Amino acid sequence: MDAGTTPKSLPLILARELAANLATPMFLIDASGVLVFYNEAAELLIGRAFGEHGELEAGEFGAVLQLAEPDGTPLLRRDSPAGVAFFQRRPAHRVLLATGYDGVRRKVEVTAYPLFGASDDMHGVVTVFWETS
Amino acid sequence: MQARIWGARGSLAAPGPDTVRYGGNTSCVEVRLAHGPVLVLDAGTGLRPLGVAMEDEPIDELHILLTHLHLDHLQGLGFFRPLFRAGVDVHIWGPASPVQSLADRIAIYLSPPLFPVRLADIPAELTFHDAPEAGVTIGSATVRAGKVAHQGPTVGYRIEEDGWALAYLPDHEPSLGGRRIDDQPADWVSGYDIARGVDVLFHDAQYGDDEYPRHIGWGHSCIEDVIAFGRKAGVDNLVLFHHDPYHSDDQLEALLEHAKARCAGGRERVCLAQEGMTITLDTANGVLLSS
Repeated sequence: MDAGTTPKSLPLILARELAANLATPMFLIDASGVLVFYNEAAELLIGRAFGEHGELEAGEFGAVLQLAEPDGTPLLRRDSPAGVAFFQRRPAHRVLLATGYDGVRRKVEVTAYPLFGASDDMHGVVTVFWETS
Repeated sequence: MQARIWGARGSLAAPGPDTVRYGGNTSCVEVRLAHGPVLVLDAGTGLRPLGVAMEDEPIDELHILLTHLHLDHLQGLGFFRPLFRAGVDVHIWGPASPVQSLADRIAIYLSPPLFPVRLADIPAELTFHDAPEAGVTIGSATVRAGKVAHQGPTVGYRIEEDGWALAYLPDHEPSLGGRRIDDQPADWVSGYDIARGVDVLFHDAQYGDDEYPRHIGWGHSCIEDVIAFGRKAGVDNLVLFHHDPYHSDDQLEALLEHAKARCAGGRERVCLAQEGMTITLDTANGVLLSS
């Protein structure tokens, strides 16, 4: 038996499979607020392979990204699309600036939505994003 | 705890001379606990002979644990004689839905024109529950459900009693998405949480490895994946379940040989589910399988 972290719920497992098979950058946060995965397409924008650090507290991940409004005003994590989806449990979309592990600041469009199970139980948040000019 | 298999066929009942050794009835496993009501895993056509066997038994309460509502897991319900006894408390558990109650979904089948008797006309006292993902105590056992990868909402069940654990995942495709189970971290494998460390695992083994590429996404497993899943979960005894209706007894035995070859050098034991097989888990005998 492998020693692993917390077993993931099926909606999260299926979301990860979807992400792993897409060229759309995507990351996943679980119901406790841990960044549990991002795909290869996201690695290009985040500037580091997920496997290099593994799971991270979303706050730690958000701090790395140094989120900001398009005019450079710092953006609180809870006001980012992923933060809105997680804390307010509703979908959200926004244009923002994010700085990757490679130190490059990029303008990105971000859409996030919460994953609810059949019993209205929250399984996490899916976030897709892409670089915009 | 003792489990008895009343049906291990998948998809469709398959009676006939080619399936007489392992049986043609669809999924149904009876679980007897040290104390408390009988548990029944799935209500396939194997539920009919189980009901006949229970005919002279005084029953106050029993629990039917449905993994999902495909017909091969439900079709026996209308022919289960204890349902037609007034005064029997029958608790039916199944996967939750955000739009319809479990009773309403089952009633789609148990009502005219698909079935002559309406669910509301069943004499037994029926109570419907969402599958217990947080765990529930029934008699001397703890029963826990977990969603697993199949087609549509589906759960697997884990039953624990007195230090023994049994898991039941009759319809499961843990490699959905094309990833090798061996290469996955355990916590990202569908069904792992239900199956980890169990003494006995009943698991979907519908396809041979050569058949699986034509059935990816159908919600079932091949031998390679069953063995890999069992190893990932640290299972001691693996019972190959949900036999394809097109597989004869001879073909099943060839699959078993293939499975045993894949297990060579491992600690796990592997066998084919067979109608009438009992599996006893107790301190005196350990895990005892008898056909």
